[in-house]
Amino acid sequence: MAIGSDQDIVAARQRGRAYAAGLGFSVMDTTLIATAISELARNIVSYAGQGQITFERVTNGNREGIQIVASDEGPGIPDIRQALRDGFSTSGSLGLGLPGVRRLMDEFDVTSQPGKGTTVAVRKWRQ
Amino acid sequence: MEVPILKQGEVLIATFQAALSDADLEHLRRGLVEQVVRFRSRGVIVDVTAMDVMDSFASRTLREIAQMIHLRGAETVIVGIQPEVAFAMVQLGITLESVATALDLEEGLEYLNEKFKNVN
Repeated sequence: MAIGSDQDIVAARQRGRAYAAGLGFSVMDTTLIATAISELARNIVSYAGQGQITFERVTNGNREGIQIVASDEGPGIPDIRQALRDGFSTSGSLGLGLPGVRRLMDEFDVTSQPGKGTTVAVRKWRQ
Repeated sequence: MEVPILKQGEVLIATFQAALSDADLEHLRRGLVEQVVRFRSRGVIVDVTAMDVMDSFASRTLREIAQMIHLRGAETVIVGIQPEVAFAMVQLGITLESVATALDLEEGLEYLNEKFKNVN
């Protein structure tokens, strides 16, 4: 789904929660997932203005999980290691976005090219 | 989305809905502080029982609300943070440092009444 406003942040986390619930995630996990989506969507709105978030069912052996990919064509992250440090922020609007998202999920992968955009892919496996 | 603000004596009670956008939260922040001034309220209870997610923006806004209200000489207490929301907040690294919290509306009112007693 397209992300371009603060209303989209709310819609994305609601849709993501419903999707995760459909995959059988617990109330606890769907809340963690919805919180991560909220932060990822806010990053898009704050830094890039617009972008996309997709939800997907993933499997690994007999494990089942959710993959969320947040991508934008914004300014990109010049120093990813710095961005993953707690307390780092350039927009003034968050500061605990990415490190927090990493803790909420099981797997976390970020790729970014300055001037071209950022893609954050996260996964959580069902307990 | 409008957040209902109830006036109960010296206390204002704001009940958050599930799906508040950033704009709603900012609107609420302004509205709540204005009403504290208008009614000369001494306490504010923010009930977040229905909130689905407390992300970095929502918690920062709550902290700011509490700070502004404190500058007016009134007290804020946040009630009803759900267990899974609390867990997500901790994982995310959010703290509501220096903001009072209570289990529910009843305990929030008790907390404020104790505070008022100590001042008088």
